[in-house]
Amino acid sequence: MISRIYVMPARSATHNVAGGLKNGAKQIDSYLIDSEFSKKELETLARALTNPILEESFIDESPKIEKFNFAIEISLLPGVTDNVAHTVKEIATDLFKLKADKPLNFYTSKIFLVSGKAEEVKEIANAMYNPLIEKATIVEVKNRKINFLNKVPEVILNKRTPVVTVPLSAPDDELIKIGGEGIMDESGTRRGPLALDLASMKAIKAYFETLKRDPTDIELESLAQTWSEHCKHTIFANSIDAEGLQVKDGLYKTYIKGATNLIRKQKGKDDFCVSVFSDNAGGIVFDENYLVTHKVETHNSPSALDPFGGAVTGIGGVNRDAIGFGLGAKPVVNTYGFCFGYPEDERKFFRDKNLTQPMLSGKRIMDGVIKGINVGGNCSGIPTLSGFIKYDDRFRGKPLVFAGTVGLIPKKVQNKFSHEKGAKNGDYVVMVGGKVGLDGIHGATFSSVKIDSTSPATAVQIGDPITQKKLSDAIVKEARDMGLYNSITDNGAGGLSSSVAEMARECGGVKVFLEKVPLKYPGLTPWEIWISESQERMTLSVPKDKWPAFQKLMESRGVESTVIGEFTDSGKVIIEWHGKKIMDMEMEFLHNGLPKHHLTTTKVEQKNPEPEMPKGMSRTKVLENLLGEKNIGGFSFISQQYDHEVQASSVLKPLSGAGRINTDAQVFRPVLSSNKAVVLSSSTYPSYGDISTYHMAACALDTAVRNIVAAGGALKHLAILDNFCWCSSNDPKRLYQLVESVKACYDYAVGYGTPFISGKDSMFNDFKGYDEKGNPVAISIPPTLLISAISVMPDLYKTVSPEFKNGGDVIYLLGETKDELGGGEYFKMLGGVGNNVPKVNLEKNLKVYLALEKCIEKELVASSLSVTSGGLGIALAKACVGGNVGCGVNLKDLAGSASTIDAKLFSESQGRILVSVSPKNTKEFEKVLVGISYTKLGKVEKGGKITIVNGKNKIVETNVKKLNTIYHKFSNSQ
Amino acid sequence: MKKPKIIILSGYGLNCEEETKFAFESAGGLADIVHINDLIAKPQMLSQYQILAFPGGFSYGDDTGSGKAFANKFKNHLSKELEEFLSRDTLVIGICNGFQIITNLGILPGALTYNKNGRYMDRWVDLKVTGSPRHGGVSSPWLAGIKKISLPIAHGEGRYVISEKEYRKMKKGGQIAFTYTKGEIAKFQNLEHNPNGSDHDIAGVLAYNGRVLGMMPHPERAMFSHQSPLWQINKEGLPLHGGVKKEGAGLQIFKNAVKYFK
Repeated sequence: MISRIYVMPARSATHNVAGGLKNGAKQIDSYLIDSEFSKKELETLARALTNPILEESFIDESPKIEKFNFAIEISLLPGVTDNVAHTVKEIATDLFKLKADKPLNFYTSKIFLVSGKAEEVKEIANAMYNPLIEKATIVEVKNRKINFLNKVPEVILNKRTPVVTVPLSAPDDELIKIGGEGIMDESGTRRGPLALDLASMKAIKAYFETLKRDPTDIELESLAQTWSEHCKHTIFANSIDAEGLQVKDGLYKTYIKGATNLIRKQKGKDDFCVSVFSDNAGGIVFDENYLVTHKVETHNSPSALDPFGGAVTGIGGVNRDAIGFGLGAKPVVNTYGFCFGYPEDERKFFRDKNLTQPMLSGKRIMDGVIKGINVGGNCSGIPTLSGFIKYDDRFRGKPLVFAGTVGLIPKKVQNKFSHEKGAKNGDYVVMVGGKVGLDGIHGATFSSVKIDSTSPATAVQIGDPITQKKLSDAIVKEARDMGLYNSITDNGAGGLSSSVAEMARECGGVKVFLEKVPLKYPGLTPWEIWISESQERMTLSVPKDKWPAFQKLMESRGVESTVIGEFTDSGKVIIEWHGKKIMDMEMEFLHNGLPKHHLTTTKVEQKNPEPEMPKGMSRTKVLENLLGEKNIGGFSFISQQYDHEVQASSVLKPLSGAGRINTDAQVFRPVLSSNKAVVLSSSTYPSYGDISTYHMAACALDTAVRNIVAAGGALKHLAILDNFCWCSSNDPKRLYQLVESVKACYDYAVGYGTPFISGKDSMFNDFKGYDEKGNPVAISIPPTLLISAISVMPDLYKTVSPEFKNGGDVIYLLGETKDELGGGEYFKMLGGVGNNVPKVNLEKNLKVYLALEKCIEKELVASSLSVTSGGLGIALAKACVGGNVGCGVNLKDLAGSASTIDAKLFSESQGRILVSVSPKNTKEFEKVLVGISYTKLGKVEKGGKITIVNGKNKIVETNVKKLNTIYHKFSNSQ
Repeated sequence: MKKPKIIILSGYGLNCEEETKFAFESAGGLADIVHINDLIAKPQMLSQYQILAFPGGFSYGDDTGSGKAFANKFKNHLSKELEEFLSRDTLVIGICNGFQIITNLGILPGALTYNKNGRYMDRWVDLKVTGSPRHGGVSSPWLAGIKKISLPIAHGEGRYVISEKEYRKMKKGGQIAFTYTKGEIAKFQNLEHNPNGSDHDIAGVLAYNGRVLGMMPHPERAMFSHQSPLWQINKEGLPLHGGVKKEGAGLQIFKNAVKYFK
């Protein structure tokens, strides 16, 4: 019999519930129990689920409902991860002292009590759930009771043939279909995209012809995963032409890795890179005892379909990149970055022509993603310190969700270098963490193509941060230092097919017994188990003699671990299923058989109309309006819902000063006994790409570097990461733009001596669907490059925050201001793009940065703010709001060539930093600045009055109170 | 004098154990982090310790209600040992999730539930110490010499709920350790004094003659001066570098506990 326990807020408790329900709605937690328990046991369990001060529970009877006339139950669809049910299972197992592997089936849901007419309630319900993962059931309250059927969302899989062979002796259009839509199932439907083009399919066909057999489905699926754009980064790896120049070794090797190799050579003994590009994250020296690692990932496609699940999984996945670095780094900071469509955009889009598959609204995507990073980060005990948010209509089809993790690892573990690892012939293949289900099937291949109506719903996974936290603690805080394994890697895209086959390269082969993999529910076929992206799993190679100790440790930490095979030196990946060989493939073909393509580019020149400028001299209103733009104003509502102080490491927080402005760089102390600190920043300027992707990339790199220096980071100990998010990357024009941006990465990374240590790309951020009337719609993101920077500063007590501090402090602008309004936020507000995109003067900027570093080292600087979007006007506004002070500033003698008021105020010229200095330090400060372009602008005013003049003309007159309200307006409305 | 020994629990999503250990050791104690399953396997080890700390975290992901599942597990296996521990002259602290756990254990009155605005929040708060003899209460070893203190909070379920009857009893017994107040930082950043809607502004409570302290704010996140939002302002005007005070206000709570046994 199925039982149900309701837990409802007690009548006496006046508190509201999670999520701040509107309209006085009330929430009831519901637990369905599909296992044998006596009445007494159910009562015991109900007590354990209820806090008697706050709640009441009801077993198999409806609570008494007052005041409301409808109840909406939001429950999960079959197979969707139910984290709460997992906890209830642990509670019951512990409570009744049951064996951990006793199957218990719990299903949880939330019931919301609401009032209204039936139609209104339907509307409310629709806004509450995501049909891809959830279901809403509405019942009317009758006789003050609710009556929901006790139906459990059990996964029932039809019996299927476990392994089929796929005949490849088919004509080309069948091969194209297999590659594009998937293998034909017994039921006559295709299994979902393999993302293999005809050339790849033909290479596979040729390989199996030499073996004189057809591939099995698992072999073909495995190849699709390994060869996917997501895993192989073919666009960056293939040869490409660029304005007649042949880039034979591909963009990555030539420009990204090329830059790093050159920089490391030039740095010689000062080279601080330890492990670059070869592992799950990049690692650099922190001090004589530790390394820090960094990695930034994107999780765009899943976040478009299930924003919450997509974002949780994104942050969980990149945490595992830290845990999977070397022998396992401890995650010490999370970072995030969001590119969204505007939340007020109410246009409706559909994935299919019949308008049955709606896309979520911009607002739902934004809210869901923000919440996902909240849950993923907060629950894991990792401070979410650093982040940004950008809006553009073109992110409405696919949002960009960046998630990064910084890790900390001792240089040596058990007297061996911790960044070196390798599976050994004879080691067990051990899967650790969660079980495997249908979630995340075809994730890697799905994210390598555009979103449309064939996008698989199973591509969505939901993370379970607590399962992962247990796994993480058991590995990086215990098993690692006990030396219980030889190698470790993450189960991310491609699941076991990627992690096991990748690790097998370390020793030369592997044999897997796939029936040993623990499953969430029965009936999965081998190929599904092999490529499933069920979360919270790592793969380890454990020496046989260490296995008993390893298994015991994991068991005592509540972490599941299973031997699923053995590493070999056979040169092959072999998989067995209940004694039958179902995959037998040479590693050489699996990893290197992907046919190479040559990519071509077509030059694009972008020319945009210049927007019309405002007349007159006053720019007060203009500045205030610009400060209120979503791309410029604050986002404290996000920063303060992310725990950025856990681990007790915060130095420069995401919000700073009396006015709580968002900082552009953050500083933290990963080792509490050391005064050294890590400085983080990031930068992206998607709108600059509407003019030039070369300068877009240059500016992003310059800004990321500048943000770090402004906070006190050291340029000589600064590394960077790239995340290319592109669109329609089979279009030669888009590829031209890509080549341009990659060249800039090389030029400026080498120029600043800042090596790339890790990177990732996501090349098909396109949406193809229909509008409300069924007209076809295509939305592609603007080419976007995120540069993240990480630096180490020797003395955290020298950190400088961005806001002005004291009345009377002298305000300086370092660097030169030019007529560079093109692609900037000011032009965007005026409704245009323009053409004068900011260009980076490497030589001059380098001098400015080194001089500022010296001033901060000498503690001469009271505040330091990197000038970015919105230019000097916005920088002044932010510095005033942050310090809750005013300023009096004259722009007449501004260094540089800015020729108009608008350019002086809003040009986004790079290389500039707004600094304030106590009058007693100005002399020494100016001494350090000899030979540098800078302007003494004016003074900080204690009273809060903000005046900007240009010679005798007053151009801005406002006050800090007003600007504070504008700066926080959007955030305060959330 | 021997250093007092502190046991800090870990496991199932608790996550502040390392910095809590650092704080206790900076204050002069000897702290061990012990996984709850290891304690369950050897419950007698609790008798070697003078201080028991339930650190902050997200045990069981707050599923079914914050602190509930961890408290269930503790009760299910360690009730007798806890009773024995409390019968000695020992100290117990529960911070944030630890506070939620020990209210669910029933060794502190009241309960913690969702913040008034329904959202997780990380910010600093100002606290007034009320659990002291001056207010008619017992003298809590944890709070010796502290009148007011500013610390950070980070929680989604920090709203303290207590019935009027219980409240009157607590007040009379001096069991209210801290209340939220509009002090230095709330004024500086113009923030509401009570961040989560707690009844009677209660941020921390006492029991067992002041030996058991539960609090939502995190003293271990205020053990260095640089952790305070006021630090950047305070360091201005100080003599260069060497003049920067490095200790934060929160450390006093840990020092008090260690001093109790010296």
